[in-house]
Amino acid sequence: MKNPYLPYPVRIDEIVTETEDKNLRTFKFVFLNPGDQKEFVYQAGQFAELSIAGKGEIPIGIASSPTEKGFLSFTVNRVGQVTTHLHSMKVNDTMGVRGPLGNAYPWEILEGKNIVIIGGGFAFTTLRSSIVYMLDPKNRSKFKDIHVIYGARTPGMLLYRNEVAQWEKRKDIHMHITVDVTDDPDWAYNVGFVPTITEQKAPAGDDDTYAIVCGPPIMIKFTQPILDDLGYAQDHIIMSLENRMKCGIGMCGRCNIGKEFVCKDGPVFTLAQLTDLPKEY
Amino acid sequence: MLEYIHKIREIAADLLEKKEVEMVIGFRKGTVPMMNEPTFVNRPEDITALAWDSHCGINLANYLPNRKERIAIIAKGCDSRNIVTHIIENKIQREQLVIIGVPCKGMVDRQLIMNRSEGEVLKALEDDDNIIVRGHGFEKRFRKTEVLQKNCEICIHRNPILYDKLVADKVEEKADMDRYEDIRPIETMDPKEKLDFFDKILESCIRCYACRNACPLCYCPTCFVDEHRPQWVGKSQDSTDIRIFHFLRAYHCAGRCTDCGACERACPVGIPVRLLTKKLEKDCLELFQWEAGMTIDIRPPLDTYKPGDSDNFIK
Amino acid sequence: MAPVMKFIRIDKENWERDLQKLRRSFRLIGPVKADQDCLFKTLGEGEFPDFNFLNTRLSLKSLVLPQSENMFEYSLDQSREDCHILKEVKRNPTQCVVFGIRPCDAFAFLLVKPNFDTPEHEDPYWKQAYGAITLVGLACDTPCSTCFCTSAGCGPYHEEGLDVLLVPADDHYLAKAITEKGKHLLKAVDWDTETAPGVAEKEIEARRLAAEKRITSFISTDHLKEKVTIDLYDAPFWEDVAFSCINCGICTYVCPTCWCFDIQDETRGKSGRRMRNWDSCMYPLFTLHASGHNPRGMKIQRVRQRFMHKLKYYVDKYNNGIQCVGCGRCIRLCPVNIDIRRVGELMNNYKPIA
Repeated sequence: MKNPYLPYPVRIDEIVTETEDKNLRTFKFVFLNPGDQKEFVYQAGQFAELSIAGKGEIPIGIASSPTEKGFLSFTVNRVGQVTTHLHSMKVNDTMGVRGPLGNAYPWEILEGKNIVIIGGGFAFTTLRSSIVYMLDPKNRSKFKDIHVIYGARTPGMLLYRNEVAQWEKRKDIHMHITVDVTDDPDWAYNVGFVPTITEQKAPAGDDDTYAIVCGPPIMIKFTQPILDDLGYAQDHIIMSLENRMKCGIGMCGRCNIGKEFVCKDGPVFTLAQLTDLPKEY
Repeated sequence: MLEYIHKIREIAADLLEKKEVEMVIGFRKGTVPMMNEPTFVNRPEDITALAWDSHCGINLANYLPNRKERIAIIAKGCDSRNIVTHIIENKIQREQLVIIGVPCKGMVDRQLIMNRSEGEVLKALEDDDNIIVRGHGFEKRFRKTEVLQKNCEICIHRNPILYDKLVADKVEEKADMDRYEDIRPIETMDPKEKLDFFDKILESCIRCYACRNACPLCYCPTCFVDEHRPQWVGKSQDSTDIRIFHFLRAYHCAGRCTDCGACERACPVGIPVRLLTKKLEKDCLELFQWEAGMTIDIRPPLDTYKPGDSDNFIK
Repeated sequence: MAPVMKFIRIDKENWERDLQKLRRSFRLIGPVKADQDCLFKTLGEGEFPDFNFLNTRLSLKSLVLPQSENMFEYSLDQSREDCHILKEVKRNPTQCVVFGIRPCDAFAFLLVKPNFDTPEHEDPYWKQAYGAITLVGLACDTPCSTCFCTSAGCGPYHEEGLDVLLVPADDHYLAKAITEKGKHLLKAVDWDTETAPGVAEKEIEARRLAAEKRITSFISTDHLKEKVTIDLYDAPFWEDVAFSCINCGICTYVCPTCWCFDIQDETRGKSGRRMRNWDSCMYPLFTLHASGHNPRGMKIQRVRQRFMHKLKYYVDKYNNGIQCVGCGRCIRLCPVNIDIRRVGELMNNYKPIA
């Protein structure tokens, strides 16, 4: 068995600054050894450890979709030591990617269902992966209605703006973009917090409808009762958690919530699962 | 010293009954011989949980920082001096505290007794002057004065400095002793010898940080060894990093350390941590005629400045 | 069923000669008297294991999970082609034989194994190191008053985890190979004098029972499995349990079954290493998010995590008993006398108020 701590060497192929505060950048990586790419088989919802020699590793959700071939992309918020260094790196620099890690959104269950994606702020990365995956011509027919409620503080803080605009124009996905505030008179979309927009736009919950919710704790806290009111059962609400991680493979011991390791048994859990676990995240 | 417990319970129960305090911090009987566990009591009916004997070496001042309740705390001489330091450093307010002072005759060194016994100590009894230990097939009697913790042996402030109640008459303070007998030979070493000496004593360190965490002075929200943005100190068993931890910690305690012995008592591998802190205690005494925790009115020398300072670099 | 293993007689007068023979192909590790304690260390020329000891302060886990261990090397020299690419460090663990390990410490490796050797991933460092040791366990006739192995799924003559069980007798030892590795070892030293069938077995059985009777301290675990995690987690006794804790790492570092670690890069000049070091759930930094949020930021949460992990999460996750072998080190070395037996009692007996 291969050493699970050894990252694949990658080259930074492209860096896109996503937000007006410049704290979020999307890094596109290509594998240095072509064979590694074949090994890196992932699903939307999984994450990887970005590894910088001398700085350490940082777990980041995979923002590219398995349907996008030839590269991996990650949107990284500049917050800690490793991410700050990463933001100073340039195209063609060499670093490492270790993964894929963790479970994914439960695609085998989600097939044939209505999907409601609810995202806020920079937690939209694996949701982007999911949307691109579902919208792929080979996959779109596997899902019923797709709703996306995506909010950011301001228009300038929205991730993947060009793509989001493209999705807005499509008929096979219902986009509900929102911002907390804006003074832009040309803003054509919603204004209001994600929970409010969810209340207004999300379809009612039923056996065939699943919500995937990713965002800051405060958003999740206020969205949850709204989904309850809309009739979503706890096992139909899917969430992705974050905790401090090191190994990413369930061995180093720090990311547990109860007996589950967020890095290995998660990061994706249903609300029903989380109800039985300590809130240590 | 054993009879203290009656008075301790009486005072503590009274304070709880009259609701003068919300909790009493003291010791309860340990689950193994020669150990007691710091505990709190908040109902008068639980007062018999409190215990007192010659195995109450842990410095209870360590349990005060940032507490919001009104607290009664049992304090030996050293504990009371650390409470003084906490008050000066704003870790607890004087008005929050009722200090139940205990004139102390010294705590015994559990490790020393275990080393001098012919087997595992299964039971320890004591009277005023002696400790009697029993194990499989042996019984041994020690005079307490022979098996005191090293810091207690040279303690010159056995009576509490700051207190509201006193559980017994004050004990006589020891005088005329060389408190720094073990420091002098180290001072005469040349740098290379010193380095070797320190590496030798720190060789077995496992970086559990028990010395730091048992110390009432070490209440920094983030200790320098835990600073990680950027990281200051490596985390491995590298001897440089281990040395930096111990040396810097000792320096951070300079002028604040009361030589309560908590660090050395807590160490699971027997490192004589006090050799580091005591040198700085000695320097503070010699340079500034300073002993920590003797008054709440004067700040320790390393956070004050006087025009008459003997060092030129600061002028 | 495997045939019953025979006991082999090893005369004490040949003991040193035989160990000398082993030295040619193995590194020998054994207990040696130190200042205030006995330590397991590599036995140099002329050194032999000293079996006259109570439990050592530190367990033997560092043999397989060293406190600091290099994982990878890297270069930051831009002129090199492999700049910024992590390279595996050469690992070639020498085969070693540990003499005198207590059955509890050997059993501990088996409790740790499901963490490092999983169907999805194998930790190559742990696995190789564990594969390279042969454990010759010393039957334990002198337990400490804090030993509670018999109620922790283990025991003073417990064989699981050992390769060879060694029982001292007057002028000889009786050895029993438990595993293939053990058989191989006995063969390597030509230890092959079989005892008369039945006799040694009977004697050892009697001694085992006597040794088990000497364990007089216990932990209660029989109801842990049926408890609801959240009930235990929310139990009111944690405030009392955690009060005295100073959040040092002693309990976790001396524990033979605590395995948590940290991964760190250390650079010197233009080259460096990625390494792992022991870490502890007692430390706030263990779980601190980059954002500053800490899901176990308070002492009470960290103390609870340690006991919940050992006595509930592990029990539920692996169906393998508690994550504790009853060696009692955490009890003996805790500077403030927090006692896992007491906490186990509280957890095992806890009934939430309806």
